[in-house]
This record gives sequence, C-alpha cells and structure tokens, in this order.
Amino acid sequence: MHLKWDEFFVTGDPLILGAQISIALTSIAIVFVLTYFKKWKWLWKEWLTSVDHKKLGIMYILAAVIMFFRGGVDGLMMRAQLALPNNTFLDSNHYNEIFTTHGTIMILFMAMPFLIGLINVVVPLQIGARDVAFPYLNNLSFWTFMVGAMLFNISFVIGGSPSAGWTSYMPLAGNDFSPGPGQNYYLLGLQIAGIGTLMTGINFMVTILKMRTKGMTLMRMPMFTWTTLITSVIIVFAFPVLTVALALMTFDRLFGSSFFTLEAGGMPMLWANLFWIWGHPEVYIVILPAFGIFSEIFATFSRKQLFGYKAMVVSIVAISVLSFLVWVHHFFTMGNSAAVNSFFSITTMAISVPTGVKIFNWLFTMYRGRISFTSPMLWALGFIPNFVIGGVTGVMLAMAAADYQYHNTYFLVSHFHYVLIAGTVFACFAGLVFWYPKMFGYKLNERIGKWFFWVFMIGFNICFFPQYFLGLQGMPRRIYTYGPEDGWTALNFISTIGAFMMGIGFIILCYNIYYSWRHSKREVSGDSWGEGRTLDWATSSAIPPHYNFAALPEVTTQDAFHHWKQNNVDVHPEKEFKKIHMPHNSGRPLIMSAFFGLGAFGLVFEWYWIGVIGLIGVFATMILRSFEYDDGYYIPVEEVIETEKKNKEAQK
Amino acid sequence: MIFLFRAIKPMLLLAMLVSVFVLGGCSNIAVLDPKGPVAAQQKDLILLSIGFMLFIVGAVFVLFTIILVKYRERKDVGNASYNPEIHGNTLLEVVWTVIPILIVAALSIPTVKTIYSLEEAPQATSHKDPLVVYATAVDWKWIFSYPEENIETVNYLNIPKDQPILFKITSADTMASLWIPQLGGEKYAMAGMEMEQYLQADEVGTYQGRNANFTGEGFAQQKFKVNAMTQSDYDKWVNKTKKEAPKLTKKTYDYLMLPDAADVQTFSSTHLSFAKHGEDSEYALQARKRLGYQAVSPHSKTDPFENVKNYKRKLETE
Repeated sequence: MHLKWDEFFVTGDPLILGAQISIALTSIAIVFVLTYFKKWKWLWKEWLTSVDHKKLGIMYILAAVIMFFRGGVDGLMMRAQLALPNNTFLDSNHYNEIFTTHGTIMILFMAMPFLIGLINVVVPLQIGARDVAFPYLNNLSFWTFMVGAMLFNISFVIGGSPSAGWTSYMPLAGNDFSPGPGQNYYLLGLQIAGIGTLMTGINFMVTILKMRTKGMTLMRMPMFTWTTLITSVIIVFAFPVLTVALALMTFDRLFGSSFFTLEAGGMPMLWANLFWIWGHPEVYIVILPAFGIFSEIFATFSRKQLFGYKAMVVSIVAISVLSFLVWVHHFFTMGNSAAVNSFFSITTMAISVPTGVKIFNWLFTMYRGRISFTSPMLWALGFIPNFVIGGVTGVMLAMAAADYQYHNTYFLVSHFHYVLIAGTVFACFAGLVFWYPKMFGYKLNERIGKWFFWVFMIGFNICFFPQYFLGLQGMPRRIYTYGPEDGWTALNFISTIGAFMMGIGFIILCYNIYYSWRHSKREVSGDSWGEGRTLDWATSSAIPPHYNFAALPEVTTQDAFHHWKQNNVDVHPEKEFKKIHMPHNSGRPLIMSAFFGLGAFGLVFEWYWIGVIGLIGVFATMILRSFEYDDGYYIPVEEVIETEKKNKEAQK
Repeated sequence: MIFLFRAIKPMLLLAMLVSVFVLGGCSNIAVLDPKGPVAAQQKDLILLSIGFMLFIVGAVFVLFTIILVKYRERKDVGNASYNPEIHGNTLLEVVWTVIPILIVAALSIPTVKTIYSLEEAPQATSHKDPLVVYATAVDWKWIFSYPEENIETVNYLNIPKDQPILFKITSADTMASLWIPQLGGEKYAMAGMEMEQYLQADEVGTYQGRNANFTGEGFAQQKFKVNAMTQSDYDKWVNKTKKEAPKLTKKTYDYLMLPDAADVQTFSSTHLSFAKHGEDSEYALQARKRLGYQAVSPHSKTDPFENVKNYKRKLETE
C-alpha cells in the first residue's frame, strides 16, 4: 500500500469533517472534565483497572450504548439516503462504508458487549459466586474488546472505513477490489475483539461449571445462567473459526498469500463457508442470552416460576447443536447440489421446533400468573409477537427453493432485523431496565420507560414491516439508491419514518437515564422490584460490595431467593462471616491491549515497524505477568461486618 | 388503554398484512407476479408457506392476547385464578413440540420437491431444446453470449418466449448473482466457476434483471432489461444483429473488463473463443493490468483510470 500522507485523514466530505471536529471536541471535553474534577486517579483505580465483574459489566454496557448510538446513526443515514429515489445525500462509496460499519458494529460491538455486560453483572450473582473464575482475564477480555472496537471505529476518520459488507465476501474484500486500509481495519479490529470474546467464553464456562455456590446444581440454575453457559460453549467452538478465517484473509491482504483470492488458485467460496460456520452460531450467541433475560423477566413479573424448566434447558441445548448445522442456508444460491440444499433447508427449519417450544413455555409461564406491566415486562411482552414474525419469516427463508427469490433482498433484511431487534435489542433494553437498580441503586423512571418502549417498538414495526414487501417487490439489499420507476418509493419512505421513531426512542432512553439519575428514589432493598426470584436479588444495591455475598449462601431449590423470602430465611447470617479472599486490580491488561491496538494500527497501514513494536509490547506484558506473584488480598471480617451492617440499616 | 392497544395490535398487524396483499394486488409484487414456470413454482411454494405462517402467527397472537387480558394483575377483582405452583405440563409440552415438527415436515416435502425440480428444465416445454446463454458478470455490468447464434450483448437480454433458457452463469471478477425476479430466483456468478440455471418466459414482455449480490461501488447500476419476444421476432433480431452488429475484438472486450458501468451494446461474435471465465478466474484482472488500471482506495487522490486514459489518448493520437 502506497499511502500518501495527505490521505491519512479522510477529507472531502462535510459529514466526516463534522464527525472529526466533534470527536476532537469531545475528547478535549472529557480530558478537561477529568482533570478539573481531579478524577483521573479515581477512574484508573476504581474502574479501568478493576477486576470486579460488576464494574466490568457496567463498562461493557456503557461501551455498548455508545456503539448503539454510532451504529444507529449509521442506520439512520442509510434510511435517510433511501427515503427518496435517486437521492444524493450519500454517494455510493459512503453508503457502502456505512452499511458495512452498521452491520459490524451492531453485531460485534453493540449486541455482544451489551449481553456480555449483563452477563458479567448478573451471572456471578445468580450462581452465588464472589467473582468470575478468572477476574484478571475478565479485565483483559474487556480491554481487548474495547481496543478492537475503537480501532474499527476510527476507520471512518483515519484512512477510510471498510466497504465490503459485514460479511466481507471474497474476492470483493481482497486487495484487487478493496485496496486501502479499510478492510484491514475490519480484519484487525475483529481479530482483537475476538480474542476478548473467546476469553469471555472460556471464563464464563469455567465460572458456571466450577464456581456455583453450595447446593446450586445445574438443574437449579436460573435460566439466564443456563443460556450463558450454553452461549459460552458456542463461543468456544465458533470463535476459533473466525480467528483463523480472519488471519487467513489478513495474510492474503498483507503478505500476498492466496487463500481466498481469484489468483493462484484461491477459493473465495471457502471464505463464505468459514465466515458462516462462525457467523451462524454467532447469531445464537446473541439470541440465547436474550432468551435467558426474557425467561427471568417473564417469571418475575408473572409472579410464577418458569413453565417447563427442563424443556427450556433441552431446547437451548438443541438450538446450540443445530446452530452448527445450518450455515449453508446463508448461500443456498451458491450452486450447491439439490441434496445439500435440501439437507440444510430441513436442519434450518428444525430450529423452529425448540424455539417454538420456548415461545409456548413463556406464554404458559404467564398462564394463571399475576402479570404486572412494568417496563422490563413490556419489552419481554413486545418480544413475543415481533419475534414470532421474525421467526416464521425465517422458516420461509429456510425453504431453499423459495429462498432463491428472497436471498439478498429486503425480505431477508427485514427478517434478521425482526429477530435481532425484537430478540436481542429488546432483551438488552429489558435487561438494562430490569437490572438497572442492581447496578446503580435506583430504577429508571417507569413512565418515561414506557414511552421509550412504545415509541421504539412502534417505530421498529413501521421501519421494518414494509421491508418484507420491498423484498418481494425485488429490491435487493445494499443498493445505495433506486429509481422512481422501480416503484419502491412509498414503502421506503414509510420505513425511514419508522427508523427515525426508533431514534427518538433512543433519545427518550438517554433522557430517562439523566432524569432518573436526578430524580429517582434511591433503592435501599436489594430486591428492587419486590418480586426477585434468583440470588442476584439477594445482594444489596447499588453495586453489591466487591465480594457480593458476605457468606456464600446454600441453595436447596430453584428460584432460591423467592423460596427464602417465603420462609423468612436470613440471607446474610452474621455468625458465618469470615475474612474474604479477593483478587487485586491490575492495569496490565489495559496496557497489553493498548499494545495490541498500536500493533494492529501499524498493520492496518502496513507500517510493519509499528506492528513489531506492538507485538513486542504484547509479549513483554505477557512475560511480566507470568513472573507476577499476586495471591490477592483478604477483606478482614470486621470490614465485612461493617459493610453488611450499613446495608442492613439502610434497608430498615 | 395499554391493554386495549395491546389486544388490538396483533390484529392490526394481520389486517395490515392482508390489506397490503389485497390492495396492492399481486401485480406490484414482482416475486408474486411470475411470468414463467420457474418463478411460478417458487410463487406456489411461497404462498403455501405464507399460509402456514399466517396460521402460526394467528394462533400465537390469539393465545398471547387471551393470556395477557385474562391474567393481568387486577386490583378490583383480585386474582382468583393465580396459581404460582404450576411448573409444567408434559402433555401440553409434547403437543407443542409435535405440532411444529409436523408443520416442518409438511413444509419440507414441497421444498425438497421444488429444489430438485428447479434443477431440471421446465416440464411443460421439456420437448424443446433449451437456448444456451452465457451470463457473465463483470464489475458493473452483465455480458450475455449466445454461442449458437454467435451474438453477444451487454446489459440487455433478448429471449424467445416458451423456450427454456439454459443460463451458464459465471463472473469475470467479484461474486455476483443473476436475478430476474419475474422469471425465477437467483444464482451466484463466480469467477472460475460455471453454474447452470433454467429460466423461461411464458409471456411477451420486458422484465427487470439485475445483480443481487453486492459487488462494490457500481452495484446499484448493475442491472439489465430482459425482453421476451415471440419466436419470429427473436429470429428477426438474431438475423439483423448478425448482419449489422460489429465483431467483438479482444481489445474491446478488455475495455469491458474495467470496473465501470457500460452502455447497452451488441456484437456479432462472442468472447467465448478467447476468454473462458468459467475456467480462468484471472482473465479480468490481467486485462486490467494490460490497460494500466490501478486499483486504489476510494479515499485516495489517485485516479485509478489515469493510465488507462493516457493509453487511450496515445492510441488516438497515433
């Protein structure tokens, strides 16, 4: 790559110039505020270096909300461009970059960290653990994710964004057709973030298998913990495929190898296969935890235990197995034999069976319950009809012979937004509202929260429902414009209105966060909704103390906390308090990740000397870590008693 | 109020669905307005699946609405039906496992049948020999070669009606997808590969065809018109083209390999004698090299066509 110096920053587009200026101003503002209020040390000691799963979870969620904003703005710009035929708001290349970053960011840097954030906050509490199995690794996971995300995000102001779609099909994504730093950003950003995700998968698999409190058998675990366990298993099996595929394409682009190129016998179809062998399980990585969140919410606000617990567990396991057997349905049209297409059609349709079981079990969780319509419950209720629409259109897409007509059209676009927004995004919002008091010590305002739900949910339907028909009318995805003669104008315009309603919904959420911070009543009880059923509600709010449970509880039933409340069991008996062993914070993961970022930035521009410096830094921090003898520290029993006394007094 | 809206919402959605179908009719919806046997088979399959799906959506929505209305928390009348002890019901769970399995089976059979049947030439005209057309995708245009007639067209396709067309689909560079919604579903075009697809038009008319798989900057313009005509009109066109259209030289063809849009063009010979994209995936890249095209980042200030233009200018002055 012969990059000229005046091509380092992206120039010539007023939208991007505006973004560059606002990024610079925001950065200056953040530095100023931190310095003025003397918060640098607090930030470093309490947050950036923290190994506390709850704080890491909050940082994940914060990052995810910011990424939701970024990806959402991309989405709104796409919708603005498509609102009218022959629109010139964006040119072709700009549009291509935006749909590429929209997809990549929403899946990998919004949905994943949002769910991983909620998992981090909640799962160790739900199984009665003091922290995850590898707290240091947890911090490293967060920072590698963060560095990967930041690297990907700066692409649009420095060097140019990737523009080959989030699927980056070869040969389009190769040097012959997409030269420049853009696609390298994609490869290296995802590679670094992927390391973090893989470590998170390992971490939570071990945490759930090994760190459960006494009596918490697998079949007594809350459903969110179950889905997290299965998700972790999928991550551990699927992410190495992505890592290898990304590495091979990186070799193709940087070092002239020919794994996926047109030249020298490369095989572009191999990329499509590898990508989706990871990509389809990835879809379930973002949907299973969502199912878990909804399960908790349905049970809590129906005031009933989950209907068909065992069937729920079996169906998650079945979904996870099937998720590895369906990847070809992403390219039925790639010339597979009739037998192959038939096989993958049937396996894909088969997924609807365990999913259908779950839908009915949720419905019957509410049967003969006492349903209260709190805002988390509204999201869960909104999920069912909307997700069912997404699900049945998924079955339609699974029928290969019919899929030849839907493939690469807005029918598909609408389908996956119906499952990913009504499934994953609704779950993220539901989980955020539901566990907000656990994280911050006060609830989000319910009235504003309901406005948020209705505006967002109705906007979502207005935006995406017409797209099914656009697809059937022959509108392919990823076109940056169309003509009035195509006859797609009216539906596109309606769709854009819906998209902006979703944007307004997001603004309402942001306002609610501000409003509730100012006005919400501070919680004193850990059981904020009054109906908590699982161990997470047995701890104090906001943010339970670092050690979570003063004395590790013993569990004898499902929904243990609900059981204790009914039988007046003392959750934190003072006589059992002992000194508690906890891990130290560490700044090394952040430094290691920064070296990852530096090295990758060098590779993006093929400045190999920077790459080498980054790599040396990574290895140096690893070596330093392996010579580090840190056995953690003990919280003295007096301090535990003191903390618990304060919490108890607050509750009275 | 909320309950009322909630109860009505699913019905609203259903009403919306139905009204779009009824009001819009099928005429506006290309996929549901087939003009040939392939698209017609796919339409039948799609309508069958829509029927099943409306049934499922209806069943879930009704159950959902009843449960929400009936078991919502009510302060005035209390909750006599409240029973927190229910934790499952084997019979019910078996029922809602078996019914989806039956539905999946019921959909699998026609799906597999259609998948296999689309591999063959349409049955009604199976006594006729198919017309072979090579469809080649190049950034960002379509090139159609008629080997029997020795004709090549760019960005338009003329076909006789009532005769199966056997497309041999390939690409000179990026992965594209041939899609003529009113004649049938799409199939990928890949360099170094040659894929076969049967399509057929039953009615005289002009249909929209396009590339449906993202290929970069000019993707939105990579489309073409399909003119289905009577056999005699088609023959007339073939004879006229053979007489009047210029021959396709390798040099002209190389210029077509540049990543750019192209006008509608017609030639009285094909590229099949000197460029075999189905076997040689590098032809287009080498043609670009020969012409001095230089791929650069879209944000670069270098013009990728700079050398190509200089080369052309030199040729003209000579």
